[in-house]
Amino acid sequence: MAQKTYDWAAIAKDPRFIELHERKTRFLFGWWIFSTAYYFLLPIGAAYAPDLFKIQVLGRVNFGYAFALSQFFVSWGLAMYYAKVANRDFDRMTRELVQELG
Amino acid sequence: MKKLITILAVALLATPSLALAANTLKANPYVTLPIFGIIIAVTMGVVIWSAKKTKSAADFYTAGGGITGTQNGWAIAGDYMSAASFLGISGMISLYGYDGFMYSVGWLVAYITVLLIVAEPCRNAGKYTLGDILSFRTEPKPVRAVAAVATVAVSTFYLTAQMVGAGKLMQLLLGIQYTYAIVGVGILMVGYVVFGGMTATTWVQIIKAGLLMTGAFVLSILVAIKSGMNPMRFFEDIATSPYIIDHVKLLPIYLRELEGGKATLDAGQRFLEPGLFLTNPLDQISLGMALVLGTAGMPHILMRFFTVPTAQAARKSVIVAMFIIGSFYILTTLLGFGAAIHVTPQGIQAVDKGGNMAAMMLAQQLGGEFSPFLGDLLLAFLCAVAFATILAVVSGLVLAASAAIAHDIYVNVIKDGHADQHEQVMAARITSLCVGTAGIIIGIAAEKQNVAHLVALAFAVASSGNLPVVVLSLFWRKMNTAGVIAGLVVGTIVSIGLVMVSPNMTYPEKVADNAKKAYTKLEGDIAAGKVAPEAMDKTVKTIEAKKAEETANRGGTSMLGLKKELFPLKNPGIVSIPVGFLAAILAALVFPSRRSEEMFDEVYVRQNTGLGMAKAIDH
Repeated sequence: MAQKTYDWAAIAKDPRFIELHERKTRFLFGWWIFSTAYYFLLPIGAAYAPDLFKIQVLGRVNFGYAFALSQFFVSWGLAMYYAKVANRDFDRMTRELVQELG
Repeated sequence: MKKLITILAVALLATPSLALAANTLKANPYVTLPIFGIIIAVTMGVVIWSAKKTKSAADFYTAGGGITGTQNGWAIAGDYMSAASFLGISGMISLYGYDGFMYSVGWLVAYITVLLIVAEPCRNAGKYTLGDILSFRTEPKPVRAVAAVATVAVSTFYLTAQMVGAGKLMQLLLGIQYTYAIVGVGILMVGYVVFGGMTATTWVQIIKAGLLMTGAFVLSILVAIKSGMNPMRFFEDIATSPYIIDHVKLLPIYLRELEGGKATLDAGQRFLEPGLFLTNPLDQISLGMALVLGTAGMPHILMRFFTVPTAQAARKSVIVAMFIIGSFYILTTLLGFGAAIHVTPQGIQAVDKGGNMAAMMLAQQLGGEFSPFLGDLLLAFLCAVAFATILAVVSGLVLAASAAIAHDIYVNVIKDGHADQHEQVMAARITSLCVGTAGIIIGIAAEKQNVAHLVALAFAVASSGNLPVVVLSLFWRKMNTAGVIAGLVVGTIVSIGLVMVSPNMTYPEKVADNAKKAYTKLEGDIAAGKVAPEAMDKTVKTIEAKKAEETANRGGTSMLGLKKELFPLKNPGIVSIPVGFLAAILAALVFPSRRSEEMFDEVYVRQNTGLGMAKAIDH
C-alpha cells in the first residue's frame, strides 16, 4: 500500500510534539516512581516495621492488612487517573498534531 | 476411571488436642468429565471458527489487530493468571495467612509498569514480536536472532513449569496418569495455536478468565455467607479458629518467636500478621523487582498489545485487566482464609503439604454442606477452571515462542523478509506444532525435576534481559545494536547463572543434613519415651526412611556440582536487573551508532503518536 512518508526529525522538533512528550514523560515516570515506591513499602515495612503492621486498626484488621489492601485501590486509582488524563489531554494533543500533519 | 479417586494422607502436623476427621479430596468423574467435555467442545468450536478467519500472518499473530480493548483486557487476565496463582496463592494464604496476601499484591502492581511504560509505545512501535520492537533502528538480523532466543528461553521456562504443574494437578484431581495428562493438555494447546492462531488463543483466554472469575466469585460468596456477610466477623472467625491457632502454634517461626520471648500469645491474630512464611526481606524485594519489571518484559504479555487497533485500546485493555486481576487476588484472599477457617490448615496439609488444594477442598466442603451433589459440582467446576487456566496460559506461551522463531528467525533472518502470506502462515503453523511438541516432551521429561525455580527464572530473564532493552530502545536516543545484544545476552545469562547457584536448586548435602536432623530428633523422642506405643511402628519406619534418604543424598552435588548455594536469594532480580541495564547502556556507549541515533526521532514520534502505524499493520 502507498505509505505516506513523514519528516520525523521535523515532527520531533515541533513545539507541540515537544510539549506532548514532555508532559507525558513527567506524568508517566513520575507516577511510575510513586507507585513503585508505594509498593516496595509493603515488603520493607513487613520486614523492618512489624510492630507497626501489627497495630489493630479496626477489630481484628491490622495496619499491615489495611496497607496491603490499599495497594489494590492505589493501583486502580492510578490507572483510572491515568486513563482520564490520557483521554483528556494526551489523546487530544496527539490528535491535533496528527491531523495537521495528515 | 470407574471408581472415585480418593486421596488420603496422614496429617504431618496432627493436632493432639483436636480430633480431626480424615480429609479427602475426590472429584466425581460423572460430574467432572462432562464439564471438561463442554469446555473442550466450546474451545474446539472457537478453533474452527478462528481457523476460517486466519489467512494472513497478521491474522495468525495478532488476530488481524481486531480485538477490542475490553476483550484484550480479559485475554490479558486469562493469559496471566496461572493455575499457580489461583491454587498456589490461596494455598499460601490458607497455611500462612497474611504473607500469602502480601505475596499476591506484586502480581497486580506489576501492571502499573505495563500500563505506564510499555503498553502504548509497544502498540505504536511494534508489529508481532519483541524482535520487531528491538530491530527498528538496529541491525535487524543479529538483534532479531538474539531477541528470539531470549523469547524462547523465557517461554520455555514458564511453559515447563506450567506443563509439570498441569500434569501433577490432573493426576491429583482426576487420577489420570501424569504422562497422559501432559499429552492431553499438549494436544489441545497445539490444536488451539496451530489452527486458530491468536484469535483462538485470545478467546480461550477470555473464556478461561470468565470461568476463573465466576468460580472465585461463587466460592467467595459462600465463604462470606458463612461469616454472616460481615467482614468484621470474618476476621474474628480467622483469629479465633482453634484449628488455625493450633496450626500457628506449631509453625517453626512461631516457636522461635516464643523462645525469643517475642511471640504474641494471641496465635490466631498472629495468622493475620506478616512473617510466617516470607522470612527473607531481601528476597521479597528482589521478587518484587522481578515482578514489577518482568511482567512488562514477558513476550506473551507484550504480544497481546499487538492485537488491538490503537494505543487507546491498548491502554483500555491494561486497565480492564488490572480490575480483573486485582479483584481476583482479593477474592483469592477470601478463599485462602475461608479454607483456613472451614477446611482447616491441618486438613489442607493432609491432602497436599504445600496447600495447593485448599481452594478445591473449600469448594467440595462448602458446596457439600448444601448437598453432596453441589459439592461435587462445585469441585468439578473448579477442576475445569484449573484445566481451562492451564490451557489458556500454555497456548499464549506457545504462540509467543512460535512467533519469535517463525517471524523473527525464519521470515526475517533466513528469508530476509521475503515470504508471502501463505508461506508466513505455514511457517507459523509448523513452528507452533514443533514448539508444542517440544513442550510436551519437556513436560514429560521434567516430571521428577524440581520446577519451582522455573517461574522465578522466567521473570528474572524477562526483567533483566528483555525489559531493559525494550525501555532503552523506546526512550533512549543512544540505544543501538550493541546495546540490545549486550543487554539481552548479559541480562539473560546473569539471571540464569544466579538461579542455577541459588537456594532454588536441590543440594543433596542439605537434603541429607535435614534427613539426619529429622531422624536424630525422632530417635531422641523414642529414647525420652515421648512416643506413644501405638505410634512406635510408624516412627521407626520414618526413621528408616530418613536414614535411607540421608545415605542416598550424602556426598551428592547440585546440577552444577555444588555442595551448597553460592547466591543467597531465590530471586536474582535485585542483582541481575541493574546488571542488565548496565550492560545495555555501557555497550551502547562504547559502540555508538550514528544511524541508530538518527532514527530515534522516528521511533520516538511513532511510539508517542502512532503515526505510520498503518505500515506496522499492513507491512
